[in-house]
Amino acid sequence: MASLKEIRRRITSVRSTSQITSAMKMVAAARLRKAQDKIVRLRPYASKLHELLIGINNRIEESENDQMYGRKSDNSKVLLIVVTSNRGLCGSFNASVIKKALGIIEEKYSEQYQKNNLWIMTIGKKAWEFFRKRSYQIYRDSSELFDDLTFQNSADLAATVMEAFLNKEFDRVEFIYNRFRNAAVQDLSYETFLPVESEGKSDEVYEGEYIFEPSKAEIVNELIPKTLKIQFYRTVLDSYVAEHGARMTAMHKATDNAKELIRDLNLEYNKARQASITNQILEVVNGAEALSG
Amino acid sequence: MKIEIITPEKKVYEGNIRSLKVPGKKGAFQVLKDHAAIVSTLVEGRVTVTDMDGRDSVFEIEGGVVEVQGNIIILLAESVR
Repeated sequence: MASLKEIRRRITSVRSTSQITSAMKMVAAARLRKAQDKIVRLRPYASKLHELLIGINNRIEESENDQMYGRKSDNSKVLLIVVTSNRGLCGSFNASVIKKALGIIEEKYSEQYQKNNLWIMTIGKKAWEFFRKRSYQIYRDSSELFDDLTFQNSADLAATVMEAFLNKEFDRVEFIYNRFRNAAVQDLSYETFLPVESEGKSDEVYEGEYIFEPSKAEIVNELIPKTLKIQFYRTVLDSYVAEHGARMTAMHKATDNAKELIRDLNLEYNKARQASITNQILEVVNGAEALSG
Repeated sequence: MKIEIITPEKKVYEGNIRSLKVPGKKGAFQVLKDHAAIVSTLVEGRVTVTDMDGRDSVFEIEGGVVEVQGNIIILLAESVR
C-alpha cells in the first residue's frame, strides 16, 4: 500500500488539476455563448438572401441561368477544406474530422491523390500539424482566421477560394467540419462548396410582380457569390461553436473524473491511516505485555 | 414604411422612415411610400435614410441588394460604415 505521504501528494495534485479543468470548462462555456450569438445574428441576413435567390430562381428561365460558379466537370482537381480547432483538449473533435478526411481521400479521391491533383486547405492548427507532416499537398493554411473570426476576414478567404475555382485551379471544393448540434454532440459534416448545386424550384411563396434591376440573371449572378461567402462563414462559425461545445463537455467530464479520483484516494488514505494507527497500538500493547511478563 | 438594414454580423438600422436613397446598379434611386415592388442590386456608395422626423442617417456600403415590397424594405449589405 502506498505511504500516507504519497497518497496525500496525489490528492493535492488531482485536486489542482480538477480546478484547472473546471476553470477551462467555464471559459469554454462563455466562448460558446458568444459564438452562438454570432450565428443567431447571421440568421436574418442569411435567410433573406436565400429567400431572394430562390424567389428569383423560380422566375428565371433555365437557359438564362448560366452560372460560372456552377461549372460542372470531371472533378479532376479537388480541394478539401478541413476545419478543425487551433487548440486541443476538446475530446475527439479534431481526430474525427481528420479521420473522415483521410477516409474520403482513400475512398473517393485516391486517383486524384495519386496524380497530385488533390489539395488540402486547413483552417485550424490541428489539421495543419497533421497534414503537413504527411505527403499531402497543402493549398494553404488559414488557421489565423480563428484569431479574429469576423465576416469580413472569412469573406476574403472565401473570395480567394472562389477565384481559384473560376481560374480552374480546382474543379471541386468540399468542406469537412464539425457541425454544432448541442454542447455534447457534434455532427461530422461533409459538404460541397463549389460548384454550386442549382437551387431547386420550390413552391412559390413569393407573390406579386417585381421590378428587377438590372435583370434577373444579373441579380442572380451577384447574389450567388454572396451566398457562397455566407456559406463559408457559417461553416467556419459552426465548427467554432462546436469546438467550444466539445471542449466544455470534455472539461466537464475531466472534472467529474477528478472528483471521483479524489473520493477514491481519500478512501485509500483513510484506510492507510487506520492501518498505521492499528499497527502502532499493537506495538504499544506488545511492548507493555513484554515488560509486565 | 418600415426598413431593416442587415449585415451578416448585425442589424444596423430598423425603423419607420419617410424616404430612402440607394445607389442602384442602374443608377441611384429614391424609395418613397407606396413604391412599386422591386429587387435591385446596389453598388458601392451612400445609403441615405430619412426618418419620420426628417432626420437623415447616412451609411456607406460596398454593395448589396435591396428589396421593396408593400412598404417594407429590406436592405442587405456585406459591410456598412
